Amino acid sequence: MVQLDFAAVLVDWPLLLRGAAFTLGLTAVASVLGLALGVACARARTHGPAWLRAIAAAYVELIRNTPFIVQLFFIFFGLPSLGLRLSSEAASIIAMTLNLGAYAAEIVRAGIESTPRGQLEAARSLAMTEGQVFLKVVLPPSLGRVWPAMVSQIVIVMLGSAVCGQIAAQELSYYTNLIMSRNFRSFEANFVAAALYLAMAVLLRQLLTWAGPRWIFGRIAPAGR
Amino acid sequence: MVDFPVWQILWNLLLAARWTVALSLIAFIGGGAVGLALLTARLRQWPGVATAVSTYVHVFQGTPLLIQLFLAYFGLGLFGINVSPWVAAGAALTLYASAYLTEIWRGCVDAIPRGQWEAADSLALSFGEKLRHVVAPQALRIAVAPTVGFLVQVIKGTALASIIGFIELTKTGTMITNATFRPFTVYACVALMYFLLCWPVSAYSKRLERRMCRDR
Repeated sequence: MVQLDFAAVLVDWPLLLRGAAFTLGLTAVASVLGLALGVACARARTHGPAWLRAIAAAYVELIRNTPFIVQLFFIFFGLPSLGLRLSSEAASIIAMTLNLGAYAAEIVRAGIESTPRGQLEAARSLAMTEGQVFLKVVLPPSLGRVWPAMVSQIVIVMLGSAVCGQIAAQELSYYTNLIMSRNFRSFEANFVAAALYLAMAVLLRQLLTWAGPRWIFGRIAPAGR
Repeated sequence: MVDFPVWQILWNLLLAARWTVALSLIAFIGGGAVGLALLTARLRQWPGVATAVSTYVHVFQGTPLLIQLFLAYFGLGLFGINVSPWVAAGAALTLYASAYLTEIWRGCVDAIPRGQWEAADSLALSFGEKLRHVVAPQALRIAVAPTVGFLVQVIKGTALASIIGFIELTKTGTMITNATFRPFTVYACVALMYFLLCWPVSAYSKRLERRMCRDR
């Protein structure tokens, strides 16, 4: 007979809470940096000189076609031999940022490429500089159009950060491992962690969907109108 | 110290890549079968099935694959089953893939105009006939590109099986690192291997997508 003891895990709720908060913190920092990197790469791929386009394309393909855990291990274990020693938190944030940046670049690029020509022409006829046209006219509605995809990608990165516990970044799965090494309630500990991740995924999705139009790209008319 | 030249690292990783490929195929084919069963159950419109399947999808898409692997590993153990990493990784990745595939394919079926279903109804086709002769041929055309694209995600997902002790590319990389103390070279080679596995698949998926956009 299988006997489950969730109380043994839930007793350690302060650890779980600390881990969950750390996961959300990592995600918050990586989202901001990753989004900026994604926008920069998307801009480079649509407007940059040929060599910059090539570099951005190579970066995007490289990240999208390798697993996150290998990227993380390369940064954390591999880079010190080049003299770049990183803490587990810094390595996690860099890996998550680089990972999100590549996917965000593709998502933002799709938004930029669907900008109606007339808007560009109108902006240029007002004598705006290329930088102004991009930041004020092209980018905000582009972000608005692709925001649902971006939200999904940020949630995926948050869930992917569970791997960062492997390099001892003290996020939720790290504490889950700690708890199960104490009381050997492995299944229960992971079950509770799964429930917490699920709740965080739902909350994060709702938060970002709510925050996007208010703070990030402004209220815009839906595409196609 | 034993001398471990780069070609030997690559050769050992190449041997390990077989297990990454094998696990990916198990997960992809198994996930496809389960995903198809879930989709069919949903299309039959049995009461409660739609909600159940959509909960299933949400749970798998809303929790980390790593935790799913741990749950399979320890969960199967609870029932006294002696779990090898093969079984745990195979089971977890199959369920994970099934959740994504059933959702992808549902989108493809939803993209077929209602009139097609109604026309099939008016010809008095049975449920199986409707699927086989009317829905599947049209849905398959749309489904190929995203399905191939998802294969990349499965291949990358198998890297996490290394954490529960499944010896594939990533785990082999870690083991070689422990023997050679050259993490930079080894993990770069591991990344290269994954890239060589995934990139052709992504490129193929992208080409299919482009061709479909052109045909439309």
